[in-house]
Amino acid sequence: MNAHQSLAVGQPIGPTEAVSLAQVEPDAMVRFAGISKTYPAYRGKPGVNALQDIDFAIPRGSITGVIGRSGAGKSSLVRLINGLEKPTAGRVIVDDKDISALTGRELRLAQRSIGMIFQHFNLLSSRTAADNIALPLEIAGWTKTDIKARVAELLALVGIADKHDRYPKELSGGQKQRVGIARALATRPSVLLSDEATSALDPQTTRAILDLLANINRELGVTIVLITHEMSVVRQLAKEVVVLDAGSIVESGHVADIFTHPKHAITQTFLAEVIGDSLPVSLASRIVSAPSAGGQAVIRVQVRGAGAGDTVVARLARELGLDVALLSARIDEIGGQHVGSLTLGIPDGEGAVTRTLAWLSQYHFSAERLGYVA
Amino acid sequence: MSPELINLIVQATGESLYMVGIAAALGTAFGLPLGVFLATSRKGELFAAPIANRLLGVVVNATRSTPFIILVVAIIPFTRLVAGTSIGSSAAIVPLTIASTPFIARLVEAAIREVDGGLIETASSFGASPLQIVFKVLIPEALPGLLLALTLAVVSLLGYSAMVGAVGGGGLGDLGIRYGYQRFMPEMMLAVVVVLIALVQIVQSAGDYLARRVNRRLRHH
Repeated sequence: MNAHQSLAVGQPIGPTEAVSLAQVEPDAMVRFAGISKTYPAYRGKPGVNALQDIDFAIPRGSITGVIGRSGAGKSSLVRLINGLEKPTAGRVIVDDKDISALTGRELRLAQRSIGMIFQHFNLLSSRTAADNIALPLEIAGWTKTDIKARVAELLALVGIADKHDRYPKELSGGQKQRVGIARALATRPSVLLSDEATSALDPQTTRAILDLLANINRELGVTIVLITHEMSVVRQLAKEVVVLDAGSIVESGHVADIFTHPKHAITQTFLAEVIGDSLPVSLASRIVSAPSAGGQAVIRVQVRGAGAGDTVVARLARELGLDVALLSARIDEIGGQHVGSLTLGIPDGEGAVTRTLAWLSQYHFSAERLGYVA
Repeated sequence: MSPELINLIVQATGESLYMVGIAAALGTAFGLPLGVFLATSRKGELFAAPIANRLLGVVVNATRSTPFIILVVAIIPFTRLVAGTSIGSSAAIVPLTIASTPFIARLVEAAIREVDGGLIETASSFGASPLQIVFKVLIPEALPGLLLALTLAVVSLLGYSAMVGAVGGGGLGDLGIRYGYQRFMPEMMLAVVVVLIALVQIVQSAGDYLARRVNRRLRHH
């Protein structure tokens, strides 16, 4: 692990320290310093604190996922990066420019170096794929010849060169998002913001779009900020992750670290969606709280780390001399780390359960007794 | 019907088309920007100016709720100021324009409001200025709705133009009243009505055709 990068995402910094940030994190593409965002009360609706005390940095060239439930403040956070919204307090520094302080023409110039893609693609229905991609270039005042060449290049980059003259209604969801990506990249931005860009797509198309984003990050070096409520998206694409809840960052760091050692309950909930923490229904319905003669105790063992779960059942059976039953198991690999859980049945009686739990804790497995089955 | 009467009908049709054509063009010239402003100037919108929005809204509503024949008479001094006279087809263009401007503005406002707000945000996100958003996003995206609005405005103007006979504006409506009603010439009345129906049909069909042609490329559903 690179010490510099963990600093960049992991360490909260106060607003007063913002000045010294440049020395600490020379490679931050986006820095939030002491950000709060409050929407004032309006027409009888109470005000909303969308974000509080947000301090973190997005490393240059990274793919950083921002995950949270709806209403957690993800959309506000991403709209602060491209200046569509202004913070109530604090500063947002993008590529060494304080975008939160810019207005009018200066802001519009800065926005050309920040691309954005959207859940519902937001293509102009009155323009063909090529003309949609041309729009930011027209706005930036490019000549017709330059626009034509650039659009052809972009259509090829996103793999839909043959859709040049198609209108959005003639394109599939995945193709529309490709046009959206090409449009967002048209002015050669250094940051690409993705606001739930795959949430309206089927799983197969989602995978293809995420692969395309990974390629773009690798080949163009564009920093990508992914807003999502799906941990699977973060898992497939991001290297860094920030978990937002109720307007605050509850956890942040490398994806592999967060996935293997989630601290906050919200993170664990998101992980459960990916890893599938729930037991099979047929097993769950049989679990009771009191032991019965000749039954088994049900123990769930969390598996976190490289190769961690490979031999645990065999070693447990051998070293403690127990007939360990494997009732259910789910192990996934995330960023080279094994993440998942094993549900074991341990013969009840003669302190077997106590010995098992002690053995597991000796080898640093987190384990819990769920109950008993007959 | 005698050639003389046919001649009268042809002449009246010409007058109607002249009044309606110029008034529709002027009404669009004033109504389009007014409608765009009404659609984009509420609190938090592109050209946020809530007080101006409210005031213009009141003026538009007041004009629209004034019966046209009363408007024609009420603004005679203004008409004289603008057209140099208060009588004749050219003078009638003044009240027709004043009546059609707020009407067109409201229709334009509705058409512009139909454009997905996400597109405004998208264009803003890549640094489009408010005017660029109007000309490159809002108007092109609202085009089918705008064409239908204009069609509706022309059809309404044909109806209004029948009343400008009151100030010597001429036109088909005037002909129908003077010959068909006052001189008891039912065949003249019938001819006028038939011509008006034909005109409305032609305008509506042309508008529908244009809107559909634009629409065919546009809508998702």
